[in-house]
Amino acid sequence: MSDRTVGLPRWIYVPAVLGAAFVLLPLVAIVAKVDWTHFGSLITSQASRDAFVLSLKTSAISTGLCVVFGVPMALVLARRDFPGLAVIRSLVLLPLVLPPVVGGLALLYTFGRRGLLGSTLDAAGIQIAFTTIAVVLAQTFVALPFMVVSLEGALRTGGQRYEVAAASLGARPTTVFRRITLPLVVPGLISGAVLAFARSLGEFGATITFAGSLQGRTRTLPLEIYLQRETDPDAAVALALVLVVVAVLVIGLAGQGRGTR
Amino acid sequence: MRTRILGLLVAALMVAGGASACGRSDSGGGGGSGSKTTLTVFAAASLTSTFQKIGDKFEDEHPGVKVEFSFGGSSDLVSQIQQGAPADVFASADTANMDKLTAANLQAGDPKNFASNTLEIATPPDNPADIASFADLAKPGVKVVVCAPEVPCGAAAVKMESVTGVTLKPVSEEESVTDVLGKVSSGEADAGLVYVTDVAAAGDKVKGVPFPESNKVVNTYPIVALKDSKHSDIAQEFVDTVTGETGQSILAAAGFAKP
Repeated sequence: MSDRTVGLPRWIYVPAVLGAAFVLLPLVAIVAKVDWTHFGSLITSQASRDAFVLSLKTSAISTGLCVVFGVPMALVLARRDFPGLAVIRSLVLLPLVLPPVVGGLALLYTFGRRGLLGSTLDAAGIQIAFTTIAVVLAQTFVALPFMVVSLEGALRTGGQRYEVAAASLGARPTTVFRRITLPLVVPGLISGAVLAFARSLGEFGATITFAGSLQGRTRTLPLEIYLQRETDPDAAVALALVLVVVAVLVIGLAGQGRGTR
Repeated sequence: MRTRILGLLVAALMVAGGASACGRSDSGGGGGSGSKTTLTVFAAASLTSTFQKIGDKFEDEHPGVKVEFSFGGSSDLVSQIQQGAPADVFASADTANMDKLTAANLQAGDPKNFASNTLEIATPPDNPADIASFADLAKPGVKVVVCAPEVPCGAAAVKMESVTGVTLKPVSEEESVTDVLGKVSSGEADAGLVYVTDVAAAGDKVKGVPFPESNKVVNTYPIVALKDSKHSDIAQEFVDTVTGETGQSILAAAGFAKP
């Protein structure tokens, strides 16, 4: 960035600080509410550990799926131009603005036992509802747009100069993709993956609607927090802090990835 | 690209804003002027339709009073009241949550039990797993959904397991009765354990399978006016309406039993 020397208008700090306080104060409130003397035992109960492990595992798999499908999607959206592209892009990004519960219902009507694909899958002996697969599908559904958006942005800013040069020198499309395109957008890919992971980690509405809630199988950390709140608010707050810490670590990683660009 | 996303977001906001504006003009049509007294009732989610009917009756009988409801999980409502939410009346789906409220000394007078509810099995309309008894829920391959033991309907389900000696292996332990019903009416689950009143309210979306042991586990609904209410006399009148003839007939019509 070259605009370092241009000063900011002073008044701009007022809304900036207010905005930051608005985001930070609730975090402070959570930390203040934590029962530190029992913190260890609250977050190491079997149910908490199961939820934590399940959340990390499913979020990692969902992020992998977002990379596998999101990178090609972003490439098509950024590099090709065809009628209806704008409509397709809006539809693909729909999970960004859709309430997750609606996403969960849509998945239920698609992959559920009586859904669009469900009867076919059922005949093939594949049952998705109430399994960990359903959790992964729900997370991938809500997280995929984050990957597509950040990668498409990186691809557009990067431009096509080097790809054109490589192609004119005789490189095949796959070689250009592997040797030129991918390495150039690594920062965008990393921040997209981190956003997708963070979104998967926090996924709640689609999971509870589509996958159900059973310890060790479908009850991820957000669902466990929601349930604990019923009887043991202290445990819910402790777990919430764990989730916040993981999220902060992940976002910190994303910041580093961007810094090395 | 960025402007497109922005456009999408703005469009979504406009839709949401338009919807809420509609809602406002609808409720404003009733003539909401500043002179009206507003009574705020916090009630368990399972009371939604019955309490709305009772509220309408109460407004008819008390011109100048507007009853507003906040429906939710009983434990959520208690913690909201503990955090200072402005409520005049609290109706709980179980005595445990009412005990939490009275332990914090937020009530005005003693809570009164006004209804009770028992469990019933709900299946999809075609009852694909041929469930005819509570024991059938434990048949291998049957996908049963219950409430988690942490919420009132799940606590009742656990008690029912010990009363009948039948151990369930649920495929999911949901956070609320509505979640259980959703899984059953969509056909994802073969059966779910919910309240009698939920089966009645769901109409033909689910089939109810009553079982004889159900009367062994009874959930009692208490109601109380709250200490910090600014309209304590009207709050008490609302409690009296619920426990009196008007409330009781509406509750009975929805399938609730006497306390």
